[in-house]
Amino acid sequence: MLGMVAQRLGWAVFTMVIIALAVFLGLEAMPGDACTVHLGRGASDAALATCRARLNLSDPALYRFFTWAQHLLTEFDLGNSVQRGKPITEIVSWRLRNTIILAGTATALGVPLAIVLGVLTGIYRDSVLDVSVSAFSMFLMTIPEFISGTLLIFIFAIGLGWTSGIVTLSYKAPFWDMMVVSFLPAVTLSFILVAHIARMTRASMIEAMQSDFVLMARLKNVPRRQIIWRHALPNALLPTISVIGLTVAWLLGGVVIVESVFNYPGLGRLAVNAVSDQDLPLVQAIALLFGAIYTLVNLSADLLSITLNPKLRGQRQ
Amino acid sequence: MSAALISLRVLGPAGLIGLSICLLHLGFALLGPVFVLSDPAAQNAQVMLKAPSVAHWFGTDRLGRDMFARTILGGREAMFIATLSTFFAMLWGGILGVFLGLVGRWPDAVLMRVIDAMMSIPWVLMVMLFIAIFGTGMASLIPVLSFSYGLSVVYLARAATLSFVAEDFIWAAKARGHSPLHIVTTELLPNVQTSLAVQGAMQWSWIFLGVSSLSFLGMGVMPPTPDWGQMIADGRGVMQLAPWVVFWPMLALSSLVIGVNLFVDALARNFGIDRALPLQKYIAT
Repeated sequence: MLGMVAQRLGWAVFTMVIIALAVFLGLEAMPGDACTVHLGRGASDAALATCRARLNLSDPALYRFFTWAQHLLTEFDLGNSVQRGKPITEIVSWRLRNTIILAGTATALGVPLAIVLGVLTGIYRDSVLDVSVSAFSMFLMTIPEFISGTLLIFIFAIGLGWTSGIVTLSYKAPFWDMMVVSFLPAVTLSFILVAHIARMTRASMIEAMQSDFVLMARLKNVPRRQIIWRHALPNALLPTISVIGLTVAWLLGGVVIVESVFNYPGLGRLAVNAVSDQDLPLVQAIALLFGAIYTLVNLSADLLSITLNPKLRGQRQ
Repeated sequence: MSAALISLRVLGPAGLIGLSICLLHLGFALLGPVFVLSDPAAQNAQVMLKAPSVAHWFGTDRLGRDMFARTILGGREAMFIATLSTFFAMLWGGILGVFLGLVGRWPDAVLMRVIDAMMSIPWVLMVMLFIAIFGTGMASLIPVLSFSYGLSVVYLARAATLSFVAEDFIWAAKARGHSPLHIVTTELLPNVQTSLAVQGAMQWSWIFLGVSSLSFLGMGVMPPTPDWGQMIADGRGVMQLAPWVVFWPMLALSSLVIGVNLFVDALARNFGIDRALPLQKYIAT
């Protein structure tokens, strides 16, 4: 088991190095750099030279990568924004908190609902509940976030007047205020989450209910309730953990769009602004952060399923 | 495969509804310019935010543009971009995936780890990174979308190849001394073409949604070309006064993606392919 944990840790580190290399050196291979992007095509040579000197772009790429990585690892320094003239770490930290609040609320709302729906539809397969849930989740999976978000604003903010549709808080607003306004965006985000996880839980619940050990339990005349809760469910939930980890990739992609729909002051909207401001170092840093979040969440999901799986717990490999 | 397509009965009612929606959209996209006579970009300050009427069937937006013309023509460019990007994504992803599946060993191990890592950056951010450098427009959108969506095609093509490399007919072809290229084209492709077609259709609907989302963010299809995502972004501020400004593009976009999904679901069920394939590779391991 320790070997497996070490392997997963190693993979996570390797993935982060690859992401950093791809984001950093991939852009080196492209024509232009942060300064040509920032200053535009008509920039004078003198302005370009000053900008490059400011960002130390004249050093060799590999050297810059290592100094940049060293700053990142030793003092959490992601470099400076071209447009905003401030350290990226300072710009990013508050928004990272806000995005984590949003994604956390979406997960807290979505995952329990998805598991309950998946288990119920898996047990009562082909029932009215199952058919309507799967039809509805296909609908939720196909509708893009900017449409479902706009619809929610239309219904709950304009129609019913329960909330203000657009977030007007500053990015430094206190935690609880942020939690409150993150509700509607989080509901939008959780749609896709619920649809995917419920579908996967349903499939693994069906598989567990058809397994030999459930048949054995039924032959022993174990009560149905106990079969479902004690025998089938723990086995069905194990693969769901890694699916939840992977659905976070969808969640993070959705964050960019949902934050723009609701004007929510998080990393996603910052990325959109950074693209329109042509602030390349900032976009790079955000891409890296999203990759890191994804890797960390998947690492935790992997480690959790290793610890929860009795088959792996005993293995010495 | 063509035989399966001819008998529409196998699609079932949901699949037939999906197919009809797709054909309807295809018809509008191809014939739209023939019967939409008004200019979708023409602004008219006299008729700003007017409700649907005889003169403007779908009403007008905040610049007095005719919503009917804009809605009918609003999917064309995104569909075109999605079609070309799907083609290139399937092409490079398919070739690389089959190659890695056949060759195996270290190129496979190394490249799959790299692709794994690349896929952990959400596609929106990867696309935005490229757009920050190259700017928007078809010439940068198509390569960028082909690249980022092709990553998952590599997985699928590799998995499909791996499920066949150990089969007897592949061994037989190798024993007959056929070249790898010949084995791929005559032995492998006929076996995976249906699943490729279903995956291609799914990729198309994802890329189409991707283009629309980018247009919504102001990075996809740029004005004056009308686009549904862009129309929704544009009309959101006035939807309290004029709900039709967002209603029509929402209806058009949602019906198209739902239509494609119903049709692809029916096809996948008919061919016995699990549509949730991209996630399957994780569950298998």
